[in-house]
Amino acid sequence: MSNGFMGNPVVRWIEYRLPIFSFIDHSVGSQYPTPRNLSYWWNFGSLAGIALVIMIVTGIMLAMQYTPHVDHAFDSVERIMRDVNDGWLLRYLHANGASFFFIVVYIHIFRGLYYGSYKAPRELLWMLGVVILLLMMATAFMGYVLPWGQMSFWAATVITNLFSAIPLIGEGIVTWLWGGFSVDNPTLNRFYALHYLLPFVIFGVVVVHIWALHVHGSNNPLGIDAKGPQDKIPFHPYYTVKDLFGLGVFLIFYAAFVFYAPNYMGHPDNYIPANPLNTPPHIVPEWYFLPYYAILRAIDFDFLWIVPAKLGGVILMFGSILVLFVLPWLDRSPVRSARFRPLYKQFFWVFAAVCVLLGIMGAKTADGHTFGIANVVISQIATFYYFAHFLIIIPLLGIFERPKPLPTSIGEPVLKGGGMPAGATAKPMEKA
Amino acid sequence: MNKLIACAGALLVGLASFGAAAPVRAAEAVAIPSQSWSFDGIFGTFDRAALQRGLQVYNEACSACHGLGYVAFRNLGRDDAHGGLGYSEDEVKAIAALYSVVDGPDDDGEMFEREAIPSDRFPQPFPNDKAAAAANGGAVPPDLSLMAKARAGGPDYIYALMTGYEDPPADFEMTEGLNYNRYFAGHQIAMAQPLFDDAVEFADGTPATVDQMARDVSHFLMWAAEPTLETRKQTGLKVLLFLIVFTGLLYAVKRKVWADLH
Repeated sequence: MSNGFMGNPVVRWIEYRLPIFSFIDHSVGSQYPTPRNLSYWWNFGSLAGIALVIMIVTGIMLAMQYTPHVDHAFDSVERIMRDVNDGWLLRYLHANGASFFFIVVYIHIFRGLYYGSYKAPRELLWMLGVVILLLMMATAFMGYVLPWGQMSFWAATVITNLFSAIPLIGEGIVTWLWGGFSVDNPTLNRFYALHYLLPFVIFGVVVVHIWALHVHGSNNPLGIDAKGPQDKIPFHPYYTVKDLFGLGVFLIFYAAFVFYAPNYMGHPDNYIPANPLNTPPHIVPEWYFLPYYAILRAIDFDFLWIVPAKLGGVILMFGSILVLFVLPWLDRSPVRSARFRPLYKQFFWVFAAVCVLLGIMGAKTADGHTFGIANVVISQIATFYYFAHFLIIIPLLGIFERPKPLPTSIGEPVLKGGGMPAGATAKPMEKA
Repeated sequence: MNKLIACAGALLVGLASFGAAAPVRAAEAVAIPSQSWSFDGIFGTFDRAALQRGLQVYNEACSACHGLGYVAFRNLGRDDAHGGLGYSEDEVKAIAALYSVVDGPDDDGEMFEREAIPSDRFPQPFPNDKAAAAANGGAVPPDLSLMAKARAGGPDYIYALMTGYEDPPADFEMTEGLNYNRYFAGHQIAMAQPLFDDAVEFADGTPATVDQMARDVSHFLMWAAEPTLETRKQTGLKVLLFLIVFTGLLYAVKRKVWADLH
């Protein structure tokens, strides 16, 4: 902070009683050193935080007009769309915001997978992130139920029924979750309460996630630690302005969907009021749940004779996220970034393609065929590969892969051989 | 940079596949021919003449069985927040007066019927679903307020359905009481063909062919499902133009700030 700002008597008065300005400066300002070589893949964390704020603000404004009762929920959403001033905008911002929140978070996660951001000393940071993902999924699931359309109701029925797969206590748990003997008003009401609550829990976990990040700072595309201050630059103004630009790009895509394709990522059936007596021909979750839905439906056989297919599907579906928790211990390679791991890099892209394939299969009918092969078989192969990637390939790569030689420092590729006079580079932690 | 393009490409392919794989009735979906509408695209607007003809088709051919319960008569007026169908206040009152709604209780505790006024919504033709089914061979005619958003293909689907009534192919086994329609999933729909040539006499003199009526009622139902469409697209244009310029400026600022490092 320049002397001009901190010299201001009002600022000094506040700072003496609550050092918020220096706190901000040390968190995201000129006193927070960041690797100088972060690429645009590092923008997605801040985008995720902004998406969360957008969801909370639009959500609270919607909550002022929404009625969480089975006889009024659908009508209240239509009232928001038609009669509430700019209600249509709030609703489309919130619905598309959820999709964009997941787009941004999935890219953020894949960045972490590629560059080894989950490795020491960032294991806890990574695990907090997985917790955030789980909370997001719970929040999104409950939020989708609230408009009480056909998909809302039937998705709630399908997913809550899964818990009956738990041996002995399953049926009891489902009745307890429902608040009755089927998805009905008590279910809707409690989903509303929890949907309002969880985003603030997410916010808390995000604070801890950022706190954990700031202990050791960001990873970087080379995956090597900073050797000294010459490898770092102050977060402000370099990354504040880069994040702002990234936000602008994000908002352009977001606005394109909100204003010109607001229902593209949704399902037409959710514009039909929920009817417990009429099952839609094809129940599908929102796109960001499709890969897990594919894994769930892939297990159509009893496991090892004692695990029923339904329970097997549920275990693998949750397992596909839980396996992320132990990734830092599955991957023993001392090299972080895929840039210097030629084998891991290829397996990464295959894994990404398999995830996309699982998403495509999640939207298809369970009993159909694609290019002559049964959909279930394709899903089974893709599910097997998904787990093989984490449980077989990654541990083996840790043992057998020969990585490329690492550069000596972060600054080296930039400072050496660039033909720039030495004095032209900014001094570390100072804006030239 | 190449990798960024590759990733974007993969993402788009993925999205396209999701879109292609998510029709409502996947197993029996019939390809709906796409139509072009005045409300398509970035600059789309409703054709108010078409909307008014479409309302007339709804009034005369559809309202006996299908409700339009989320639309209020006041939404039809040009003073409505989003422009409505362009009717004056008197015209709106006259249209409302064509319908009667149940009101009450009066001072004797009785419910009574009265003519609708602009603040009322379109009344339901049947008091409940069972009455609706009883009068329609067991099938409940759905409310049409959101039909243009509740079916894959939207207004294209409604147009196809209205014009899709034809004789079943020779080898097709029809169930008693149902009607063959080319575009309805499963091809057998409970609703008999609702539109016939000259069923309606348009005030502006447009010939009322089945094609014309189908097109106009689909147009009207798109409005009914999303009366804020024009506001949405106009606002979107301003927002996107602003964002593109502002993001361009932010890029320039970013390059300037980073200049001493590159």
